[in-house]
Amino acid sequence: MRPIGGHVKDIGSTKNLKTGGWRTFKPVIDMEKCIDCGSCWIFCPDMSVIRKDGEYSFNYDYCKGCGICANECPTEAIKMVLEEK
Amino acid sequence: MPYRGYKNGIGGEVMPVRDVLHGSRCVAEAARLCDVQVIAAYPITPQTHIVEDLAELIANGELNAEYIMVESEHSAMSACIGASATGARVFTATSSQGLALMHEVLFIASGMRLPIVMANANRALSAPINIWNDQQDSISERDTGWIQLYVETNQEALDTTVQAYKIAEDKNILLPVMVNLDGFVLTHTIEPVEIPDKEEVEKFLPPYEPQVYLDPSDPMTQGAFADPETYMEFRIEQEKAMKRAFEVIRRVDEEFGELTGRSYGIVEEYNTDDAEVLLVTMGSVAGTIKEVIDSLDEKVGLLKIRVFRPFPKEEVLKALKDAKVVGVLEKDIVIGLGEGALFSEIKASLYPSSYRPKLLGFVGGLGGRDISMDNVREIISICKKAIKEDIDEVHWIGLKE
Amino acid sequence: MKIVEDIPAYVKCRHVCRANLYSNRCWKFSQNIKEVSEEELFSYGHRACAGCGGTIALRLALKASGANTVASQCTGCMEVVSSPYPQTAWKIPWIHVAFENSAAVASGIEAALKALGKKEGVNVIAFGGDGGTVDIGFQALSGAMERGHNMTYICYDNEAYMNTGIQRSGSTPFGAVTTTSPAGKVSFGNKRPKKDMPSIMVAHGVDYVATASVAFPLDYMEKVKKAVAIDGPAYIHVLAPCTPGWGIPSEKSIEVARLAVDCGMWLLYEVEKGEMRVTYTPTVKKPVRDYLKMQKRFRHLSDELINKIQAEVDERWEKTFGIRKIF
Repeated sequence: MRPIGGHVKDIGSTKNLKTGGWRTFKPVIDMEKCIDCGSCWIFCPDMSVIRKDGEYSFNYDYCKGCGICANECPTEAIKMVLEEK
Repeated sequence: MPYRGYKNGIGGEVMPVRDVLHGSRCVAEAARLCDVQVIAAYPITPQTHIVEDLAELIANGELNAEYIMVESEHSAMSACIGASATGARVFTATSSQGLALMHEVLFIASGMRLPIVMANANRALSAPINIWNDQQDSISERDTGWIQLYVETNQEALDTTVQAYKIAEDKNILLPVMVNLDGFVLTHTIEPVEIPDKEEVEKFLPPYEPQVYLDPSDPMTQGAFADPETYMEFRIEQEKAMKRAFEVIRRVDEEFGELTGRSYGIVEEYNTDDAEVLLVTMGSVAGTIKEVIDSLDEKVGLLKIRVFRPFPKEEVLKALKDAKVVGVLEKDIVIGLGEGALFSEIKASLYPSSYRPKLLGFVGGLGGRDISMDNVREIISICKKAIKEDIDEVHWIGLKE
Repeated sequence: MKIVEDIPAYVKCRHVCRANLYSNRCWKFSQNIKEVSEEELFSYGHRACAGCGGTIALRLALKASGANTVASQCTGCMEVVSSPYPQTAWKIPWIHVAFENSAAVASGIEAALKALGKKEGVNVIAFGGDGGTVDIGFQALSGAMERGHNMTYICYDNEAYMNTGIQRSGSTPFGAVTTTSPAGKVSFGNKRPKKDMPSIMVAHGVDYVATASVAFPLDYMEKVKKAVAIDGPAYIHVLAPCTPGWGIPSEKSIEVARLAVDCGMWLLYEVEKGEMRVTYTPTVKKPVRDYLKMQKRFRHLSDELINKIQAEVDERWEKTFGIRKIF
């Protein structure tokens, strides 16, 4: 596509930038403690909490490690641990 | 003025209607003929009749358009951008301070490649505040990336507005077009006009088919953020489209000529053959100059610039090449440069060529001061004097001593 | 979003059980969250700071409004981070034009959709930051709302010009430090109270006006749903913390936004056809000091100024919630 008008047809294409590289701490979840409240999922500013059938995991390609999920987790099931490079 | 509607000719044959109309009404009629779908406009003297007439056409069911009565010209152009980006054929009209208030968004309309058509009733800029005609307003917007057309008569205002959509919407162009008509001189003056038949116009100008538009069934982003890595390519695409516009403007004008018998060209040469003195101007004052030329028994010609953006360097050179003196009469002044913008651009166009006519600039008609036939005769006599002797490059016409 | 039937929303839930719980500590919360759309219409890979409140505001609004939405956006952080050409985070049709005209652009979109016969079922949303809404975009917003376009305007308020580096806006609260309202030897920061934009929208006769917070996602999303469903103009003002602008660690965005509501600095309510209804009543009123001291922008405030802010909050609290004061 020629550069015209700042038009972008490839929607959601920011996925080409993997913001996971920005991270210093990464979230890890202990499913034993998880009560499936959905807080981490609903508050994530980077759509990086994966929620499937009551199981939670993280999309480390994009998670910036902000820590909101851990801070909002009512059962402290999520911990932020130093990213090992 | 009451709208007369359409009549069928003898035997039900479609015929254009002849009427006597204000320039403003002509512009509104053109918008009706083009079936504009969204209008966003804010009233300002001397454009007011245009927005009033459009409202009347809609109120009478003669034009089926959404009319957004915005709270400013800035919002008028912004709403036009939103509507055009959604795929509608849009129209607006403004003047002077209103155009200046749009300045920021004019760049965005052209940068986003939206085929918006706008009528501008040329008027002086404040201060001191003045509601009368000159062309400082649109001249000041010459770098905004809009195609700028200047008209001489009410008929040309109507015809050019219709043509403007076909130029703007051309898939290879996609640039907004500003149709400039002199405030009061044309907007508030009645002239006999031929209104083309709507069915004929529909054949000439098919419904707008946007290339890209905002639609949930095929989502896209418009107006993304360009960093130093990507910005320049957008700008050169605009410039390339402007260059391509010459060809499209010429073709559209010819097609319109086949339809109506009226065409105007990129520039109009009047009595230019063998002319020693050639005057150059834009807009309605061309009519006054033609009158003077007709009354003279001398070799004086006129080059009327109809397309100011893109600037028709080739046409200008072709017309000027045999002239001994070229006098550029314009209703604007580039303060700090001491000459009008059209004069500067003609001078710049001549530089790469081998033509070296004497070039004189005439600044007149600012803030609505009349440019009389006597003023034109005075300009011609100054030009003739310049053949023989060196005189000042720029002259102010009609100035009180 | 289908809300659990017996208790329509978490907000009401609090009225029923009076439990001293944060919003997400209640089991009803998790039930209701399960009803929220899984579809992400705002993509990851956007360039917002870690913990950005503004992106949460956008993401939740789109979840509530759905894919049948066209949005315009004013210049600002959310525009810059979401549309770095040739990429875009948006999965709905989206346009950015300039700083002060998001509402005017949206009114053009709405008119065009009508003219093209496409408006039915399509939501038009104009997004703006607080600067683009209460300051430079004020006139365009006023005009669009007064004209009665069928559109929703969502102001995500982070209380200063964050995109340009934290300058004071008309929405900056009293006492807050910004780069243009610094605290110094003779200054305590911003001298004026925050402009009450929701009330100004109510005065326009806007059909639906609501305040919201990113810390109360169900309440916020319910309001967005209501706003887009209304056949006419609607306005939502959502408080969205900015981690560098407020001087908070990235993980505290939601916590600070919740505290703003629980201390009475930010009220959650809606005004429908002129009728005001509080949508959330804090069961425990937190001292404003807790809220202020959590943020670098307020950390310099003297006890005297904190007491002044507390007194103003108390007055508003009493007006809003009556005598239900529980410390």
